[in-house]
Amino acid sequence: MGFSRTYEEINEKIKTGRVVVLTAEEIIPMVEEKGVEAVAREVDVVTTATFGPMCSTGAFLNFGHSDPPIKMTKVWLNDVPAYTGIAAVDAYIGATELSESAGFEYGGAHVIEDLISGKPVKLRATAYGTDCYPRREIETYITKDTINQAYLFNPRNAYQNYSVAVNSSDRIIYTYMGTLLPKLGNATYCSAGQLSPLLNDPYYRTIGIGTRIFLGGAQGYVAWEGTQHSPSVSRNEKGIPVGGAGTLALIGDLKQMDRRFIRAAIFHKYGVSMYVGVGIPIPILDEEMVRFVSVKDEDIQAPIVDYGVGRRSKPTYGTVSYKELRSGKIIIDGKVVPTAPLSSLAKAREIAETLKTWIREGKFFVQQPVQPLPAEQLTKPLEIREKDEFPINI
Amino acid sequence: MAKKRIVLTFPPSLVEKPLTYRLVKDFDLAINILHARIVPRESGRLVIELSNSSEENIDAGIRYLEEQGVNVEPLSKEIRWDEKECINCGACTAVCHSDALRMNPETWKLEFDKDKCIVCEMCVPACPLRIISVTF
Ligand code: SF4
Ligand code: SF4
Repeated sequence: MGFSRTYEEINEKIKTGRVVVLTAEEIIPMVEEKGVEAVAREVDVVTTATFGPMCSTGAFLNFGHSDPPIKMTKVWLNDVPAYTGIAAVDAYIGATELSESAGFEYGGAHVIEDLISGKPVKLRATAYGTDCYPRREIETYITKDTINQAYLFNPRNAYQNYSVAVNSSDRIIYTYMGTLLPKLGNATYCSAGQLSPLLNDPYYRTIGIGTRIFLGGAQGYVAWEGTQHSPSVSRNEKGIPVGGAGTLALIGDLKQMDRRFIRAAIFHKYGVSMYVGVGIPIPILDEEMVRFVSVKDEDIQAPIVDYGVGRRSKPTYGTVSYKELRSGKIIIDGKVVPTAPLSSLAKAREIAETLKTWIREGKFFVQQPVQPLPAEQLTKPLEIREKDEFPINI
Repeated sequence: MAKKRIVLTFPPSLVEKPLTYRLVKDFDLAINILHARIVPRESGRLVIELSNSSEENIDAGIRYLEEQGVNVEPLSKEIRWDEKECINCGACTAVCHSDALRMNPETWKLEFDKDKCIVCEMCVPACPLRIISVTF
């Protein structure tokens, strides 16, 4: 048995200010220099982070009751529709929903950013009116301070690895992976690589339901596995998935967030999305965790996918490592293709540093997951079926 | 060293004339081609930077071009990048062919080299934060 430590021991050290925290980038040269065992003894926590566009983001809001009260059936925030098919004054504003007046230039992500910034947001709602909720329409202004709850609940964030996008067709295309130039004119990629949370804990030993995290500048939690969580994809010899794999559903208090770490985005001719900052501390429980967090860009591969083909299964051009992607150019079929990132490594570093400071200053404690994420599972496609194709018809 | 950045638009009849050659030979101008779109039998567009020790030589070269029927306009448009709003994602660098926008390989922050910019405007819609604009 090698060295090991518990969550309780780490939190005790955080309380007394003796905790040793490094970022997932800083740990790499340290492991090379001192070896796995020495680092396991010396370091308690490693911080990881990412700051990328995450469409599956949104916020639950409770507006409070007006007089006379209304049971809202349709809701708009700055002209962006929100979903209100839940209780009378509860709604969910999704990041990608578009404004009915400004279209692509303003969406749910902008509403969320405006709320975080403390700006007044116009609330409009209609209703059919009931005996207990007689009001049929309302128009007013809210801010994050005038409403009861405002919390982000993001069904899918922090993808464990992702594809590299290229375009083999002969026209320019506009995608959620940015502007892709014709005839393999460029390649875009979207992961913090060696700093990315789930790439530093590839089998979800410490990241699970209940893990305390940094979300958009506030403390939040992992709420559930993310949608399309798909841990059973193929992995390389280091256990790193080659392409999109695990995902996380995240929750956190919008009122505590900071626009420095969460921003609305517009992908030209595609739609609105949201850059979300996520930071996750990895407790160094034993030597195996040191091996996991010492993962390097050269150990992480991503498939090169042709977005020029508008089908579910897109052709690929093999794989490439993040080290090659970060060099600024890759070679595809003998052609030199310039690369560009979409997720911000500079911001991810800022988040990993911020989380490190929080832990060192005793403001953030590590939380053991209450339940692990599924370890085996694949994403199902959606097929077009007839009802009578199913064996049992009830 | 005097420098001028100009946009040339010339009709199909002039596309095959060796105009730039004459600028070098007769006016002793150094030419830096920033952007070219020239298709035989169609009108062409060329963005160039002319330099010479004297501004008069440059102006003489420009007059010569105008006499040949080329429309000459100063490259007065400029790209504005709102640096303090930038999240350093890098999406704009995917479409910048002139290397004016590039990520610093150490800090991974965006750097903008105005001198390399040919004002092709590709980066304007490519920025997801809408913080790159063109000014006149
Ligand atoms: S306009 Fe934008 S994309 Fe075009 S050269 Fe200038 S910086 Fe690069
Ligand atoms: S795309 Fe916009 S936000 Fe991103 S690095 Fe370029 S200027 Fe900054």
